[in-house]
Amino acid sequence: MFDIPLILLFEGLTNGAIYALMALGLVVLYAVTGVINVAIGEFVMISALTVASLRAGAVPGSVYLLVAGLLLWAVYDALRFARERRAGRAALGLAWPVVAAAAAYAATLLASRAALPYVAHIAVAVALTTALGPVSYRVIIQPLPRASALVYLIMTIGLHLALTGLGLAFWGPQPYTLPPFTSGRVRWGPVLLDHQDLWLLVLSALLLVALWWFLGRTLHGKALRAAAVNKLGARLSGISVVRAGSAAFTLSVFLAAVAGVLITPITKMAYDFGFLIGLKGFVGAIIGGLSNPAVAVVGALGVGVAEQFSAFYVSSAYKDVLVFLLIIPVLLVRSLQHVDFEEHVE
Amino acid sequence: MSGAAPQRTAPGGRAPGAGSALGLWVRRGLLAALVVVVAGLPFVAGPFGLRLANLIGMYSLVVLGLVLLTGYAGLASLGQAAFVGTGAYTAAILASRFGLSPWLSVVAGIVGSVFVAWLIGLITLRLKGHFLALATLAWGLVITGVLRNWIPVTGGNTGFGSATGNRIPPLTFLGDPIRGDREYYVLVWGAVLLTLWLVTNLMRSRVGRAIKSLRTGSIAAASFGVDVQRVKMITFLMAAALAALSGGLHTYRELFIVPNLASLNASIDYLIMAVIGGLTSVWGALAGTSVFVLLKEQLQQVLPRLVGRTGNYEIVAFGFILILVLQYARRGLVPMVDSLLPRQPERPVREDAPPLPPRERVSVAGPLLELEAVTRSFGGLTAVNRLSFTVGQGEVVGLIGPNGAGKTTAFNLITGVLWPDSGRVRFAGRDITRLHPHQIARLGLARTFQHLNLSPSLSLLENVALGAYSRTRSGLWSGLLGLGRAEEERVRAEALRQLRRVGLGDDPFARADSLPLGKLRLLEVARALMADPVLLLLDEPAAGLRRHEKEDLKALVRRLRDEGVTVLLVEHDMDVVMDLADRIVVMNHGELLASGTPAEVRRDPAVVEAYLGREVA
Repeated sequence: MFDIPLILLFEGLTNGAIYALMALGLVVLYAVTGVINVAIGEFVMISALTVASLRAGAVPGSVYLLVAGLLLWAVYDALRFARERRAGRAALGLAWPVVAAAAAYAATLLASRAALPYVAHIAVAVALTTALGPVSYRVIIQPLPRASALVYLIMTIGLHLALTGLGLAFWGPQPYTLPPFTSGRVRWGPVLLDHQDLWLLVLSALLLVALWWFLGRTLHGKALRAAAVNKLGARLSGISVVRAGSAAFTLSVFLAAVAGVLITPITKMAYDFGFLIGLKGFVGAIIGGLSNPAVAVVGALGVGVAEQFSAFYVSSAYKDVLVFLLIIPVLLVRSLQHVDFEEHVE
Repeated sequence: MSGAAPQRTAPGGRAPGAGSALGLWVRRGLLAALVVVVAGLPFVAGPFGLRLANLIGMYSLVVLGLVLLTGYAGLASLGQAAFVGTGAYTAAILASRFGLSPWLSVVAGIVGSVFVAWLIGLITLRLKGHFLALATLAWGLVITGVLRNWIPVTGGNTGFGSATGNRIPPLTFLGDPIRGDREYYVLVWGAVLLTLWLVTNLMRSRVGRAIKSLRTGSIAAASFGVDVQRVKMITFLMAAALAALSGGLHTYRELFIVPNLASLNASIDYLIMAVIGGLTSVWGALAGTSVFVLLKEQLQQVLPRLVGRTGNYEIVAFGFILILVLQYARRGLVPMVDSLLPRQPERPVREDAPPLPPRERVSVAGPLLELEAVTRSFGGLTAVNRLSFTVGQGEVVGLIGPNGAGKTTAFNLITGVLWPDSGRVRFAGRDITRLHPHQIARLGLARTFQHLNLSPSLSLLENVALGAYSRTRSGLWSGLLGLGRAEEERVRAEALRQLRRVGLGDDPFARADSLPLGKLRLLEVARALMADPVLLLLDEPAAGLRRHEKEDLKALVRRLRDEGVTVLLVEHDMDVVMDLADRIVVMNHGELLASGTPAEVRRDPAVVEAYLGREVA
């Protein structure tokens, strides 16, 4: 009699693990930069569809995006150096984004032509997508160093629109699928799991643990957390806020890119599928108050499970509605506290 | 969107506040041109042009709501289209299924939408800006999800209207149906112009000032009597009502509606329009909407040919436009153009306006302010521990103590910013222990902030005027209809008087962010005086002041005492406190250490020890 709940639980955890990767990236990014990245789901889409292009022997449109972004990077740096009158550094500063752009293009071209194994295509796509993280930070966020969370939020809405539209231009409206990493099934009681489900669960669990270790135990991780807690203090201790911001973008986009290649063999992917995945990650992040990574991860897993249960027991048409209604109790609790003014208190 | 850069100089480098008749005429000319275009368009435009003009009008209504909500009040909504959808579907369903008259159904749509907004507001409006944005986004998705999936009622994705077997009767005027874009134009633009008039009136009124004060943080507003939650709710409901009106107009233009009207993409479109035009300008709503609609029309022609495939590629352009506008023209089109035009002269203050009535003073038998064993801890740290002291009527009391003694916490406990864990606070004979800041402010307590809490982009006069909020009465409706003008003139005259009182009367129209710190502290004092306070709380008013500024401040406080104002002064600067205070209360480690006259306190060994450390014998 517990067969169905158990099956639903595992299906829910599979999706929830993906949302957890999103939620964790969002929480870290928000803590370090104050940016709520609405466009996070688009990176899920880009990494998956990039693999699809590479496997089909085509040059993925995403590499043009990366090249354009890196060249913009060079332009922004050139403007900055000109403003600060530092011609000496300019040559070096401008050279590297251009070289990186050329290298990225060459590597992608090669990867699409050569008969590389699946795993190599995945590696190239994840790397390419991840590189879009620091580029987004440099081109979109860094020019406005002290804007409010709201301004950043609206800017990433712009990024979401642009990336969705570009996704449509690069890959068209049709959904793509990817083969599972390994094929086969495992039976565990009533639960029948595809190998890909296991890959997804195990790899995302490993990533979460690695990240927990990185943030808690390594110097770079501690620097990131310091930048999140106190920007001025971090700067006084020699931590660059810009570099911390860039690292946080890289990290969250990397998590999204991995999520993309993990989930696509199970659910397919099209230019507009990423957004909803990102939004459900948000629900998890909001449950964690955008500040507590552990609660955010648990919340995101809960979102995945709640989604499967409501799809089965209530209505599959309303499952998204129910998932977004999940944040109401969270908001209720927050709004019942008399914390209204304390944010201003020193 | 707060975070304006500090120390912005006036455009063109002219003295702030200077304006020319040219500036006034240029703006009048532009307004006249707008009127001519709006009035003349139905006579010259073809059907396609009229269709676009109607779309612009209907979108503008929603965007005007966003200007109120996001631009003025600083509350972001990513779900505005959901209210459009609620208004549109409520009207359509009531008119089609229940035979309600079309006009009434539009009203019912607005009422329904406002009701939904009220429910949502109850549980979301306390959230900080970006949380609110995400919450409204989620609400929007929920409402769209219902419209798409509740097929028996809404018709689902195929839409609602004659084509799907639900005949919606048209709007009628004197028995004739209003058909076609030419007739509809009058209706749509009539609604837009009326809304513009109402919103412009509102923003010049008392309630408008309260709405604007929310942007820089709710605590200053609350400290002068603004019921922040209520004003937020009113603004949220007005924005929802405008969206629902737009929705009703959508329903009767085509007599057919689809759930996309309520979609997240539509909400984002409204946000883009508002950002392009300028979130802090009602004219920006018109400009942003026009640019968006016309540009989208062009892009939809050009881009698919460029890509070689049909699709909504214009979103790429709008995505980048949104980013670029925020990076390079954050205030949007209209404010940008406005700053390039010659400035217009400020509306002069009518100094002959009758003074505002003074606050009623209750005579209290005991002390004016009384703290009784007040305790407050944060986690394990007890910031204030069983603190008791009193402030008598007409006294100047200094509250001092070393860093971390709990002075600021005590201050926040008195003003209602924080609530004590135990103990009581009494003010003017009333228990105020569990009152909110705006309730305490209405009893006649006014304060300044150690960390300045002013609106940097508003004029000195506007900043000070907020102080009179709890002394004035005109409400939402009189604000919308422009009926509170007489009271406004009195407020402006009073604000000028208070600016002069603190020595800032020379340029009342300068922006607050053009003043140095010392003058900003005086501006805070002027705003507090504007409340005609029974008790004035000054939170480290001398911090960061230069010597002569301190002398000015001391002279001001002495004058106030002579006029009978009771003052509680939290201050680090011993020189200032010793000079001014009749009595001094010393705190250390959250507890009362000593109290008495300045001379007594100075001699108290415990005080000396707390400040200088134990003497080594």
